[in-house]
Order: sequence, then C-alpha cells, then structure tokens
Amino acid sequence: MASTVRTPAASTRSTGRPKRRWGATVFGVLVLCVMLFPLYWMVNTALQPESGLLEVDPVPHGLDLSGFRSALTDQGGNLLTSLAVALGAVVICLAVSAPAAYGLAQFRLRGTRTIVFGTLITQMVPGIVIANALYSAYVDLGLVNSYAGLMLADASLGIPFAIVLMRSFMVAIPREVIEAAEVDGAGRFRTFVRVVLPMSRNSLITAGLFSFLYAWSDFMFALTLNTTDDVKPITLGIYQYIGAHVGDWGSVMAASVLSAVPAAVLLVLSQKYIAAGITGGSVK
Amino acid sequence: MSTTTAAPALVTAKTAKPPNPARVRRRRRLAQWGFIAPAVIFMALFFGYPLVRNIVMSFQDYAPSTFFTGESPFNGTDNWSKVFNDELFGKALVHTVLFTIGSLIGQFCVGLGLAVFFNRRFPLNGVLRSLILLPWLVPMVVSGVVWRRILDQDTGVLNSFLGTLGLGGDTPWLTSTSMALISVILVNIWIGIPFNMVILYGGLQEVPKELYEAASLDGASAWRTFRSITLPMLRPVITVVLVLGFMSTVKILDLILALTDGGPADSTQTLGTLTYQNSFVQLDFGAGAVVGNILILISAVFAVFYLRANRNEGK
Repeated sequence: MASTVRTPAASTRSTGRPKRRWGATVFGVLVLCVMLFPLYWMVNTALQPESGLLEVDPVPHGLDLSGFRSALTDQGGNLLTSLAVALGAVVICLAVSAPAAYGLAQFRLRGTRTIVFGTLITQMVPGIVIANALYSAYVDLGLVNSYAGLMLADASLGIPFAIVLMRSFMVAIPREVIEAAEVDGAGRFRTFVRVVLPMSRNSLITAGLFSFLYAWSDFMFALTLNTTDDVKPITLGIYQYIGAHVGDWGSVMAASVLSAVPAAVLLVLSQKYIAAGITGGSVK
Repeated sequence: MSTTTAAPALVTAKTAKPPNPARVRRRRRLAQWGFIAPAVIFMALFFGYPLVRNIVMSFQDYAPSTFFTGESPFNGTDNWSKVFNDELFGKALVHTVLFTIGSLIGQFCVGLGLAVFFNRRFPLNGVLRSLILLPWLVPMVVSGVVWRRILDQDTGVLNSFLGTLGLGGDTPWLTSTSMALISVILVNIWIGIPFNMVILYGGLQEVPKELYEAASLDGASAWRTFRSITLPMLRPVITVVLVLGFMSTVKILDLILALTDGGPADSTQTLGTLTYQNSFVQLDFGAGAVVGNILILISAVFAVFYLRANRNEGK
C-alpha cells in the first residue's frame, strides 16, 4: 500500500529519463519473481493437496484447504511449541544481554575489551559442536526433552549478536544523561530500567526480533537435544514429516507455509529493524 | 576514567558520613560487574564449556552404552585415527570445501550485482528490496523441504519447466551422486543472496556520491568506475561479508539434512553433517567430537581474518 502512495511522488521528483527508471523497476520485479518463486511454489503446492506424487499445476484451481487442515491437526501443537520456545528464548536472551550490553558500553571496567572479543569469537563456534558437548551435559542435568533446556540453547543463538548490536547503540548514550539520572537519586539498576532501556528501544526490538527468528528457525538443537516427542518445534516436525509423508506434499507444504508465516509477518511489521539488524550486528 | 573519579564524589555528597573512597569504588565496581556477570556466565556455559568439553571428548571412548553406564574411558588418539582412516572424512572435507567456496562465490556475485542494481534510484526500489529478504527469514529446514519438492526428478517443477523449454527435463538433481552437491550449493546460494545484498547495499550507500560525479566528469566508463571506485571503497565491507558468509556456510547442517540427508551415497556429506552422523546417529560422540574440533579449527583460522577486518573497520 505504502508503495503505491510513494511511487507518483518519486516519479514527479525525478527530473530526467522516467522511462529508464521504470525499466529498472520491471527488472527489479523480475528478480523478485525469481527469488520468491520457491515461496510461491510452497503456497501453491499447499493448496493442491491431492497432487500427491504427481506434478503440481502452476496455479491452484481453487482453495483446497484440506492440506492446511491436516497440517494443523498434525503440526498445530508443534507450532505452539515453537512459539513458546522462541518467546522464552527471546526473554532469556534480552534479560541476559541487555544489562551486559549496557555494562560493556558505559562502565569502563577492566576486561571489557576481552569480553567483547569473546562475544565476537562465540559467534564463530559451529552449533553442532555446541550440541555435541551440550547433549551429554543435558543428560546429566535432566534437561534433555525439556522446554527450559531448548529455550536456553536457543537463547545462545541470539545472545552474542544481541550484545554486540545493543552495545553499539548504548555506546552512543551520552554519559551526562546517565549521570543526571544518578544524581536525581536513581540507583544504577533503576537508571538502567528507566532511562537506558527506553532510550535503546529500537536496538532492543531489533535484538528481540532476531533472537526470535533464530530460535524459531532453529533445527539443530531441536534435533539433537530431544529424544522423544515431548518438545517438538515445527522445524523438527516438518523434517520428520517428509520422512513419513512423502506422498502427501500438500500437507508438508501447508505446514511449511504455516512455519514461514512469522517471518513474513515480522518482515511486514518491522522492515527497518530487520535491515538494521542484518547490517548492524555484523558490521559493527 | 572521568566517571570513576566523579562518581565517589557524588556518593559522598549524598550520604551523610563520608565512607572510605576505596571501599565505595570497590562496591561500585562490584555492582557494575553485576550487569555483565550473567552474560559472561551464560557464554561460559554455552560456548566455553562446549569448546573444552569437545576437546576432552575427542579423547574419550563413547559408545551407545555410555549414557546408561556413565562410563567414557580415555582412549588416547583412537578416535582421531579412526576418523582420519575413514575415507568418508576425506570426502566430507572435500565436499565442505566445494560447498563453502561454491556457495560464497555464487552468493557474493549475485548479491553484489543486486546491491549495485538497487543502489540506483527507481520507483518501488525500497519495497522490492525488502521483499527480497523473505527467503533469508524462512527457516532453513523449510527452504530445504520446499526445494526438495521443486528439484524432484519426476514431479518437480524445475524439470517440467526445463522440459517445456526443450532443455532435457529429467535431471536427477538430488538423487545422483554427481548432481546432488551442485544442487545443494545452488539452493544455498539462493538462501545467501539476500544477506550479501543487504550488507553490500549498506556499504554502497556509504560511498560518497562526489566520487562518482568526479568519475563521470572524467568520462570514466561504468566498468571503470565500478573497478576503480566501487570495489576499493567497498573493500572492508566485502571482507566482512565473505568472512561471515564463510562462518555460516562451513557449518551448515539444516539445509543438507532437509535436502539430501547427506546422500545419495554420502555425496553431500560435509564436516557438519559428519559430526552429526557420528554423534547422534551412530552415538559415537568421541568421533563426532574429533570432526567437530576440526570444524572449529577451520573456523578459527577465519575468525582471525574476521577480527582483523573488524578491528580495521571499527573505531
């Protein structure tokens, strides 16, 4: 919607060669079609549940929702599991990384640089290595097949990123603002909650958004840290689905569509945070 | 420094009797560390511990029974020699190299091309640019499953499309040992394009426009401008993109499991999937740890590049 509003303004502003500009738009749309084709195909296949092992028609004939119905029946619980685990991971991630980001940005403690350095390093540890060691520790601690265990592991996917991202925002908070709050009698913790967090709202949203996406997309911890079906996120559910339902691609694709919905919703709701997150956390 | 000297003064002004400034400073330090401690503990448990544990495990004998008996005796370098003598390890190493390099080149070239393209002003630019991010946001397993359907030899849309064009149309994308790795690379390129595009686009936005104006005054060709201005100015960003791309590609597991499960005949087995196979399928965690350690070693080499790029980049 916003696009149709913006377009006329853009073309009146442009002084020369409006035709070539629209030529670029056509090319851009073409690129987009190629890039998004697999996602279109996912939706298309989901709406043709009867096709089974046959070829899929280029467009769905009607709205056959039986694929979605069976996907919801089979995978609805797993979707809820994913939601619960991802939200839990976001809470853990923010609770651990926001104070740390603040501390690393504003307190001049000895060892700060080492910790920032360590944070960067952790982003490079392959997940399967962590799972490998974590599994036996989880067995000992009784955390295998538990929500808490998976939330903690999934939070680890977002924490280094969140610290780096939020720290780069919090460095910019003027020291005077924080000192002023402390002069007014607020304790360090109150200053953090009442002053620092509201000022860093955007970076908190971005960090939360990404830790949600990381946790929602996680497959490896779901696969390795669970041995029963007690805690089964949607990613694991779909993976096991293709093993068991090769003939029923309609349902598999319907489940895939459902699992991709959060990503689509987040993209629409928070475009600017996503772009900021992709560039911010990695380059800075 | 200014805070540590100013702050005790504030505290003394507030409280009635002046306490020992050294003690105040120490207490203040302690409170400050309270903010950082949870993160340090968390990272020690979820990154530090696994790193150390993995090294220890690679010298231990893990069998399926270990998890019942709790016994995992040390066995010297048995795991290491077992892994190195297994020809699957060599294969997985080669596949990892091919997969990583192929993916990086593809993602980077297409991503750079799109970044340059979107750096021009045209209607709908912003909307198209953000929609292109979608493939990157979808869980990787899901992308893998969707592509598995598209690439199906008999009923997949890619082959039926190629058939309509008269270009064959019966390629066994995922089911032949010669094609599977190429297919997996192609799908991973598709996944990585948005990430490369966004970061490179961000880098392009930082290039001062005056440079291009000057170049066009000098009558430089588009290619010359790209080579002499765009590429050199982008260098730091390019380094970061490539190193981060390397880091995320070398350890990919989800995508390969969803597309091929490492098959057919281990033709898409990489170090990542081999670690998983050893540990969680064969329950030989010692052998899994060995492959995992090698994966870490490879990552560490590139981590050095990353940190150097980061240092040059940052303030």
